[in-house]
Amino acid sequence: MAPSGERILEVRDLVKHFPLTQGIVLKRQIGAIKAVDGVSFDLHRGETLGVVGESGCGKSTLAKLLMALERPTSGGVTINGQDMTKARGAELKRMRRNIQMVMQDPYTSLNPRMTVGDIIGEPFEIHTDVAPKGDRRRKVQELLEVVGLNPEHINRYPHQFSGGQRQRIGIARGLALQPEIIICDEPVSALDVSIQAQVMNLLERLQEEFNLAYIFIAHDLSVVRHISDRVAVMYLGKIVELGKDEAIYERSAHPYTQALLSAVPVPDPEGRESRERIILQGDPPSPADPPSGCRFRTRCWKAQDICAEQEPLLEVRAGGHLSACHFAEAHDVIHA
Amino acid sequence: MSNDTLPSTAPVQPAKPVKESKPASLWSDAWYDLRRNPVFIIGGAMLVLLIAISAFPGLFDTVGVDAKTCSLAQARKGITSEHWFGTDNLGCDVYSRVIWGARVSIIVGFVSAIVTAIIGGALGLLGGFYGRWVDVLLSRIAEIFFAVPSILGALLILAVIGRDNAGIGTVVLALSLLAWPMILRIMRAAVITAKAQDYVVAARALGAGPGRIMIRHILPNAVAPVIVVSTINLGAFIAAEAALSFLGVGIQSPQISWGLMIADARNRFLEAPLPLLFPALFLSLTILSVVMLGDAVRDALDPKLR
Repeated sequence: MAPSGERILEVRDLVKHFPLTQGIVLKRQIGAIKAVDGVSFDLHRGETLGVVGESGCGKSTLAKLLMALERPTSGGVTINGQDMTKARGAELKRMRRNIQMVMQDPYTSLNPRMTVGDIIGEPFEIHTDVAPKGDRRRKVQELLEVVGLNPEHINRYPHQFSGGQRQRIGIARGLALQPEIIICDEPVSALDVSIQAQVMNLLERLQEEFNLAYIFIAHDLSVVRHISDRVAVMYLGKIVELGKDEAIYERSAHPYTQALLSAVPVPDPEGRESRERIILQGDPPSPADPPSGCRFRTRCWKAQDICAEQEPLLEVRAGGHLSACHFAEAHDVIHA
Repeated sequence: MSNDTLPSTAPVQPAKPVKESKPASLWSDAWYDLRRNPVFIIGGAMLVLLIAISAFPGLFDTVGVDAKTCSLAQARKGITSEHWFGTDNLGCDVYSRVIWGARVSIIVGFVSAIVTAIIGGALGLLGGFYGRWVDVLLSRIAEIFFAVPSILGALLILAVIGRDNAGIGTVVLALSLLAWPMILRIMRAAVITAKAQDYVVAARALGAGPGRIMIRHILPNAVAPVIVVSTINLGAFIAAEAALSFLGVGIQSPQISWGLMIADARNRFLEAPLPLLFPALFLSLTILSVVMLGDAVRDALDPKLR
């Protein structure tokens, strides 16, 4: 799973503000939801970048921006040197071959009126030059086999499959165009734990087989740790900490990451007694009106005056990896 | 979880053992439900019979309806072996006229239902899918038509355009013109729901264009309520045609329509009730069969509405 080093995706200062409007006929903008507010990172070939954060922190908006399903307010997404946010029409369609996604809910992400063969074959119908017409059925059956489904079930409908099997169908659809990058937006959170393991193993196997790069979005830290090479922690539309998985899990420097890690359920009742629990006060502030300076300061036990005045930049601080806290301090929360 | 090494390469067995021959798509499931629904069987059989009558009235007709077979001497006779339903004010055979009158009802009903489904459905699909000004424009135009009470509006339209060329075409036009906005609204709402589904997002992520998304993804998932309402509308159109013909603005003599027959017979109803009762009975049975059909279709396509 070691990344080969070649940079295939560059995200620079990505911003997405959703305007809040008032009035019916004459709409005036009265503010904006700052869903993603200045996110930068790189992704290398064959690497997995985990993205974690609580609900509403902008993870899914980030996924939509990377897939060019939403246009960013500013910033760029560069795939193999080509800026996807500026691509239009045929050029954008061609770029989409390189970046595909696996969606969260396997029950709503497959069209109930289409057979599995039609669903997995649709990428070939859209990108007609990928596979000649007579070849498509065979390709679809190959894909079914690759994701561990019976190729004879090509004429079945999604409702005849279980959740895990449906997620495999979604993965096969994402693989059809042989992309280099797959964005997994909480691909296992809708599945039973036993099925989660199967799907995670499948994703890992496919990564090795096809040298895929994953952006793996999740709120389950143990799932992310299992699959990721690097982890980015998001809070209110910003990355607050970014580093190799062991750096994040064992030497986390940002108080928010430490609080998140302390909330991971521990299956061992003995260990549960001895571990640290950091309980944050209050709710995340509204992304329409984020706090000045550091966005986490309203819930942070380390907050000082400087946190309200000056925004901490994402730079190498304590622990030897990127974090965005004036008082960054490497700390092993989970004692793993 | 990381220690879990369940074999992910082995083909996984299907969730529920289903025979490959069993219908599997949602449409064939609906058809499977319909075939086992007695309401659908009865309503469908009645409607098929009525369609057969209106397609080949000559096969069912016993006496004939042209001037040769009517004689004033035979006016307002009761049921006889020759005149199964008696005769009307002009001495024409009521049974034959009822048979020939079915055609107008069936044609007006089906053509209006299909025209409104296509126009309302297409505009609803466009408005719901593109939103913004397309939706605003189409919805406001629809609301203008929606605001007109339907029978009054049809009377007005027929009084203006139908004065000289009243007939099936103008009645269909009047009814369709007033009914398409309802279909537009239903389609628009269904399209807006379907548009937000993940599989549409997935298709966009694959690079599918708006045409493919509308035809392959949204339409099949949004068309069910339109089919249901159009089936129910079919009965309403048949009733409306009879009402307009009864009021004298729809089908005109010498064409035959049940509404027209009821209108002609109403003055002598106490002396000769048969010429009014039989067309009224057939009208009611036709509408009943369509309503039963509509109920069955609704249950099959959307079990949640039951």
